[in-house]
Amino acid sequence: MKVAITSTGNSLESKIDKRFGRCSFFVIYDTETKSVEFIPNPNKDAEEGAGPASVQLVATRKADKIVSGEFGLKIKPLLDSLKIQMIVLKEPERTVSDIIDYLNH
Amino acid sequence: MFIIFVVNKCLIKMSPRIKRNRKVLNLPLIKGFKPYGPESGSDKKEPVILLYEEYEALRLCDYDMCNHLEASAIMNISRPTYTRIYAAVRQKIAKAFVEGRQIVIEGGKVYFDSDWYHCESCGCYANNPDKEKSLGNCPLCGSLNIHEYDYDNENNLTDAEESCDNVCICPECGYEQEHLRARPCNSDICPECNTPMVRKNNNK
Ligand SMILES: [Zn+2]
Ligand SMILES: [Zn+2]
Repeated sequence: MKVAITSTGNSLESKIDKRFGRCSFFVIYDTETKSVEFIPNPNKDAEEGAGPASVQLVATRKADKIVSGEFGLKIKPLLDSLKIQMIVLKEPERTVSDIIDYLNH
Repeated sequence: MFIIFVVNKCLIKMSPRIKRNRKVLNLPLIKGFKPYGPESGSDKKEPVILLYEEYEALRLCDYDMCNHLEASAIMNISRPTYTRIYAAVRQKIAKAFVEGRQIVIEGGKVYFDSDWYHCESCGCYANNPDKEKSLGNCPLCGSLNIHEYDYDNENNLTDAEESCDNVCICPECGYEQEHLRARPCNSDICPECNTPMVRKNNNK
């Protein structure tokens, strides 16, 4: 299973990004192979439509879950319809490796 | 895919697994309709605004063929409220048809389709995309210490306040004003330079 994590940077020690659509990086973590891929978010500075474009990006990477700080009102129904699970973490101090540790429980 | 949801909802309504009904709103596929024909050219006429819940009320009854009682249960509102919303949407659509006005679908209070859970161990909130079975353990840390949570009611307010969706900005001079619900921004003209306003899109 693949999990997308919104990250403020491109290392495992980066803190998670509380923005979904305009996060700095998407981390795609594969829970089976334990592989980690960092993807710079091309929608980071988009004038508009960053949310739906980011949903598209995550969907094409076949992620089943997304961990982020918040999902906007327009994003939730999109992810709902794609059956991608939203996981909201309100603590911005968590790092990407914290999330990966959780996932490997 | 929205239609599949609808069918699901009508079926699971009968199912004892569902503990409570929630107001369901799937966003419409389109933002509105434009009339055509020789008399329809006047974009000057105020468009008719359909709120999301009005769209949903119409869809449930006239597309999905639920009766008023079923539709009000699905939307988790009283039957008189449903009847009022339904009457309003019929009237609005008739008005748009007869007077050749555009229909704009927007606004209103939006509720979401899936149930939300809160994990006591890692502190996360997660929705349950699989409507067929409830969430047994935390999708992040695996803890069993997880319970259902009314995420929409607890969080929608701050969510809406934080987004800049409700601010209109002038693309020419940058003048900003609060976006009026149920009214397209470009029907407002910038008081500084007479440019039609646009919705500010800025998540900071
Ligand atoms: Zn947890
Ligand atoms: Zn202006």
